[in-house]
Amino acid sequence: MQQELVPSKDKTSVMRSTWLKGFPGTRPGDLIFRGMTLVSVFIVIAIVVGIAWILVADSMPTIRQAGFSFLTRQDFDPVHDIYGVLPAIYGTLVTSAFALIFAIPIGVGTAIFLVEYCPRPLRMPLAFFADLLAAVPSVVFGLWGFLILARWLQHTGQPWLQQHLGFLPLFQGPPLGVGILAAGMVLTIMVLPLIVAVSREVMLTVPRSQREALLALGATRWEVIRHAVLPLSRVGIFGGIILALGRALGETMAVTMVIGNQATKPSLRLFDTGYTLSSVIANQFGEATPGLFLSALVEAGLIVFLITMITNILARVLISCLGRRYAPGVKV
Amino acid sequence: MSAVSQVYQSHPFHPPLSILTVRRRISNILAIVLTTIFILFTVGILLYLISYVLVQGLHFINLDFFTQVPTPDGAPGGGMGQSVQGTLILVGLATLMGVPLGLFTGIYLSEFGQGHFAASIRFLVDILTGIPTIIFGLFVWGLIVVPNHSFSGFAGGMALGIIMVPIVTRTTEDILRLVPRETREASLALGATESQTILRVVIPSALNGIITGIILAMARVAGETAPLIMTAFGTTYWNADITQPTDALPLGIYNFSHSPYQEQVNQAYAGAFILIMLIFLTSFAVRWATKGFEQTNR
Amino acid sequence: MEQEQKVAVHVEHLNAWYGKTQALYDINLTIAPLSVTAFIGPSGCGKSTILRCLNRMHEEVPRASAAGLVQIEGVNIYAHSIKPMYIRLHIGMVFQQPNPLPTRSIWENVAIGAQINGLAKGKALHERVERSLRQAALWDEVKDRLHSSATTLSGGQQQRLCIARALATEPKILLMDEPASALDPESTFKVEELIQELKKQYTVIIVTHNMQQAARIGDTTAFFLKGHVIEFGETQHLFTHPQKQETEYYVTGRFS
Repeated sequence: MQQELVPSKDKTSVMRSTWLKGFPGTRPGDLIFRGMTLVSVFIVIAIVVGIAWILVADSMPTIRQAGFSFLTRQDFDPVHDIYGVLPAIYGTLVTSAFALIFAIPIGVGTAIFLVEYCPRPLRMPLAFFADLLAAVPSVVFGLWGFLILARWLQHTGQPWLQQHLGFLPLFQGPPLGVGILAAGMVLTIMVLPLIVAVSREVMLTVPRSQREALLALGATRWEVIRHAVLPLSRVGIFGGIILALGRALGETMAVTMVIGNQATKPSLRLFDTGYTLSSVIANQFGEATPGLFLSALVEAGLIVFLITMITNILARVLISCLGRRYAPGVKV
Repeated sequence: MSAVSQVYQSHPFHPPLSILTVRRRISNILAIVLTTIFILFTVGILLYLISYVLVQGLHFINLDFFTQVPTPDGAPGGGMGQSVQGTLILVGLATLMGVPLGLFTGIYLSEFGQGHFAASIRFLVDILTGIPTIIFGLFVWGLIVVPNHSFSGFAGGMALGIIMVPIVTRTTEDILRLVPRETREASLALGATESQTILRVVIPSALNGIITGIILAMARVAGETAPLIMTAFGTTYWNADITQPTDALPLGIYNFSHSPYQEQVNQAYAGAFILIMLIFLTSFAVRWATKGFEQTNR
Repeated sequence: MEQEQKVAVHVEHLNAWYGKTQALYDINLTIAPLSVTAFIGPSGCGKSTILRCLNRMHEEVPRASAAGLVQIEGVNIYAHSIKPMYIRLHIGMVFQQPNPLPTRSIWENVAIGAQINGLAKGKALHERVERSLRQAALWDEVKDRLHSSATTLSGGQQQRLCIARALATEPKILLMDEPASALDPESTFKVEELIQELKKQYTVIIVTHNMQQAARIGDTTAFFLKGHVIEFGETQHLFTHPQKQETEYYVTGRFS
């Protein structure tokens, strides 16, 4: 799940660029070998195309039947064969937004500490630790979230919130433990290592000379960060945030296990249960009957596919923008 | 001249604690305090989470876990043996299907690819890394499960294999690019063919990194749940037949996590312990074996 | 200036280390105000190190330390009660590679030192920026595009921008670490001309690996070797009648 952040350097093939150009590649063994690599490349292309194809083809029934209203209807009703994923879209957006609202400041702040303030001996272990955490499977987060976090929320967290801040519509409704709040919290924890890793990587590329320039002017440590490090890291960090958003939007298992998977009207109440586009697929698949039900689930998948693809592309465009805008030093 | 400038003029090196300096001091201190709190929160909560699961899981690990299958209706005993078995089978299948694809694609991108075509391939591979894994499950479901009217281990392995492809492609290409051009030129100059050069010279010198990439990909897919839900589906019986529904560790954890029987919930913890250990141990082993491959520190 | 100091910089028994390795041994120097002093010497002789000790930038390198007396206009900057942050704004520094802040405009680059330290606001700040850019001989070239990015400038212009940035805090002395070595000959000439102008208002200390440059613009020159000051005196005298053998070898090009 390591996301590549370095903008593409010269990507010409190594073999082709050797000075013995033209010489290799004519023997039959070479042709077969090269053919094999090409075959595998085409298989990969076929897979990507195939995914798009299957998603569209298998959701055709619902697309034909419901059209655009699929996105705006609120009822997901297998009994009457009426499918609308507005609550799912709402759940996806709210949980992801929640996660980002908390994970961005905490993640970027953590990265700042790691890069600027962390005592030397701790740097390697902490970075290693953060990478390790990014590899923990989501089902583990879901397990903890369901058995521990949701229970705590139900008995302690949510009642406390309701008692002290219950005037806000956010904290109204019966405290069930599972629900949007739990899903948002689990997503925050899952997305944190990603934001920390990306921000840290970006901040490390800020050259010493920038920091020195500001120090020589009499800046405090924080002013150096604020005026030299952060402006140069802005674009990269933002790209990382979009990557985190993509991850949050597509996260399935952990969310499924804590969000309650019950349809409710989209409202501002965080204590409500709900579902996301991915959780509805994971949850309902076992029970889906062929026909509109299944194709509705596939269409939900298609939507997830499209939005994660868009955020992914957005992130990469932003990060390659970094390569262009960022031009410190002299190029006389 | 403003009051501040006057102060600086008369006490060039001892600026008194004017408002400005106080504000700067405060924001400086605030920055370090806040970021420390944030890192403590991040590290703390993740550490707590992982260790809680590990401790709970360790508690419930026993031989039965590996040798028994779930008992019906919450009768005491039982285990998740079929999940472990299934994970081994599925990861094996995935490796068989995904690694060659990833390897060859990575070789192509590093050695042969050029211009826009290679750039588009790279772009597609990047897209694959960003797709939520449940989509791969849907893909294989539509491709294999539906026409055959049956969930199968094969479908599950295929879904996991596809997930492995971009990971292996990426690491293979990156590692092969690190092999210096001179190595290839030397081999060609000695009369080796292109394919001989790649197979006998370049790849062996990059083997460490390639194997690392493969192992990391295997550890990664061992933890995937969502794509298996509609492909391998899971089962509560021993099963080595890949044309039949097959279980996997993450699937078992998922199913047991909301079981009404406490014993099965405990086993879910145990399963999570195994899964985390698997991932940590492969990460450690890989890092230890290839020192310096991962990101450098300052 | 209020008081005419006889001495701009006075260094006494200065030693500096990088970790356990000593880089400067018992440096003693006195630099007169409103002059240009050149530090010359081969690579690794410590000339950059001593320069950085003068505004306590040396300590920013991990595990680096320095001890001794360094007085800038009579004030010991290494005194216990003084934080490096306090004195740095009074000492301008220009680096070898021009390092303008790339995400900021030309105007913002010059203003930032004054802004951070709260030295001026509003109209006074504008005036300060213009004054500094004029002093750096850059005003005419950029006055119409003060708000375009600093990266649109050429290398030589960027370096003069960095000089303007350093001057904007009205420092007592100006430290320059090989300021022209990354520039083309024409820009180098402009910078050298600029330094001759600047010395009318500031005390300039310049590190250079180019002996001819030192001979051209330095009033006094200090020759460093392996962390020691070998010779220090009036430039013409040092070049034509060097007292020490090492100095003679260096200025005649025996080693560089």
